[in-house]
Amino acid sequence: MPDPQPQSVWQRRFVLTWLLAPALLWLLLLIILPHVDLAVLSLRQRVAPHVYNPSLLQFRTFFTEPLYWQVFVRTAIISALATALTLLVAFPAAWVITKVARGRASSLLFVVCLIPFWVSETVRALGWLILLRESGVLPALLVKLRLTAMPVELLYHDATILVGLVYTSLLFMVVPLVNSLESLDNALIEAAYNLGANGFAILRHIVIPHAAPGITAGCIIVFMLTLGNYLTPTLLGGKNSQWFTELIYTQFIVRFNWEQGAAFGFLLLGLSTAMVAVGLRLSGQRFVDVMRRT
Amino acid sequence: MSTPDLAVERLVKQFADHRAVDELSFAVERGSFFSILGPSGCGKTTLLRMIAGFIVPDGGAIQIGGRSMQGVSPNRRPVNMVFQQLALFPMMSVGENVAFGLARRGLDKAQRRKRAEAMLERVGLAGAAHKRVDELSGGQRQRVAIARSMVLEPTLLLLDEPLGALDLKLREHMKIELKQLQASFGTTFVYITHDQSEALVLSDHVAVMNRGRFEQLGTPQDLYYQPATAFVAAFVGANNRISGRVTRRDGELADITTAEGWVVCARQSGSCRVGDAAAAFVRPEVASLERASDQLPADYLKFGGQVQSLLFDGANSAVLLNEERSGFEFRVALPQTGRFADLKVGERVYFGFDPQRAICFAGGEAPMHA
Repeated sequence: MPDPQPQSVWQRRFVLTWLLAPALLWLLLLIILPHVDLAVLSLRQRVAPHVYNPSLLQFRTFFTEPLYWQVFVRTAIISALATALTLLVAFPAAWVITKVARGRASSLLFVVCLIPFWVSETVRALGWLILLRESGVLPALLVKLRLTAMPVELLYHDATILVGLVYTSLLFMVVPLVNSLESLDNALIEAAYNLGANGFAILRHIVIPHAAPGITAGCIIVFMLTLGNYLTPTLLGGKNSQWFTELIYTQFIVRFNWEQGAAFGFLLLGLSTAMVAVGLRLSGQRFVDVMRRT
Repeated sequence: MSTPDLAVERLVKQFADHRAVDELSFAVERGSFFSILGPSGCGKTTLLRMIAGFIVPDGGAIQIGGRSMQGVSPNRRPVNMVFQQLALFPMMSVGENVAFGLARRGLDKAQRRKRAEAMLERVGLAGAAHKRVDELSGGQRQRVAIARSMVLEPTLLLLDEPLGALDLKLREHMKIELKQLQASFGTTFVYITHDQSEALVLSDHVAVMNRGRFEQLGTPQDLYYQPATAFVAAFVGANNRISGRVTRRDGELADITTAEGWVVCARQSGSCRVGDAAAAFVRPEVASLERASDQLPADYLKFGGQVQSLLFDGANSAVLLNEERSGFEFRVALPQTGRFADLKVGERVYFGFDPQRAICFAGGEAPMHA
């Protein structure tokens, strides 16, 4: 092949730059700049009005104040739990959509998964309030069925938060799972069955290895969304929710301590990065492969 | 005779308004290579999947190795299957593919490895156990698929058109290899295909299937030389099909007259009545070609014709002639001697055949292709 003309190389670069410009601008203005600013904020200490010194005080506060790091760990554990539960709920759903239902039924089921997401997260969370609050539908039903003597408060428990988080995240797990299960050739399942495998062996040796990139992608997305979720834990967990994003909100908005809030923000970023890295290492996958295959 | 490895009795499968398998009964002898040959949609895949257990029959019985398969799930049948697209597990190495079934039987790792490697060696893939499936060529994958099934020592190996995905040259090669593998294993093979040459070359017995039934079950030679129905005559091997009406009967021979008024004579299969619609079949190699009419044997039916096109294909070369009065397109195989190497399109020649070696069937229907 002859060498491309210098001019055409220049032209191609010009076109490429313009095509990428919106994405690069978005990255710069909304991701990089705020983070640089937050980094600066988190690493300084106010010593007098408008006088700041470089300091690690905010990070020290985080580790010395038990409430902060306990909420941090609690958020991480509940998020991981919610991710695992979402996977358990979404996998059978994705399996039915791709391998059991045929044609129209399959697309219909997928739409059913999608429909709740046409409603805003706030409204959906309020829906849970109507169902679960002490004077709500479910406690009244329990009394009617004589399972409880008095209406019980079903809101403001950790389990309530989990239910809400799983519900909110379901679609983000179903989509990558459906994608990866769709590409699984049914003949492979039949071949395994024919070679003497039972349902569990097929799941373990054929289906899960094939769907692994989809499972990993879904888990990463759901974990990040859950960890950074503010609305659902706050509304369903009430005052007891103790979600780390709430602490960040409090620091920025209530306490007006932007330095502390920025430090918390970075700690959360570090946590999600670390958990994703651990998850990838445990499942033996590479981030780039996972993202490309889903 | 010992118990057949596969015995099928009055097997039925109905799909909505169409009967895929229609009261089939047959038996496959131990250690034989049995083929089911038929056009697509004839029900052969449905039949195979019922034997494997993937489809539940609506009626009838299947016995494998003398044991009824009623209610036995696919993973508990003494049957293994080589799938059309092979269905090798891409997430596993070649060795793991072969050892998969052994692992399901609970063999320990060392034994699995030993037996998988021995089996791979047997199919000519020694040392390939650690390779990835996508590193293998088409023919090698074929052998892995067979090894993966054979390592379980099934009573019956089912093969669902496994050569269909290969290119022609490799297919020819794999045909021979498959036959040799079957002979060396001695396992009963049940092979389905729409390719008559695969069925003829490989099999001890072939069943020609059409619309859910067997048209004929016999040795490849039987099917070729003594087709039982017009469908078999048209489907197995090349044949000239001359459709018309029976105009005269003379012992076992009958005259068939085409709509254009061409009269040929052929041996009757079954019995035709004068006036019946009928079709005569003449194989291209049964007919002879000469430049002069008197060079054809005296007892032959003789016709004049004009060369329409020359179909050179080495040993399978043939010539298409137009019979001079009716314009009927007739195919004659060219002799191997190269005697007609100088034949030209448009040349006037004579052709003829022994009516005893032509065969006719009553009835008008038969497939358009073949």
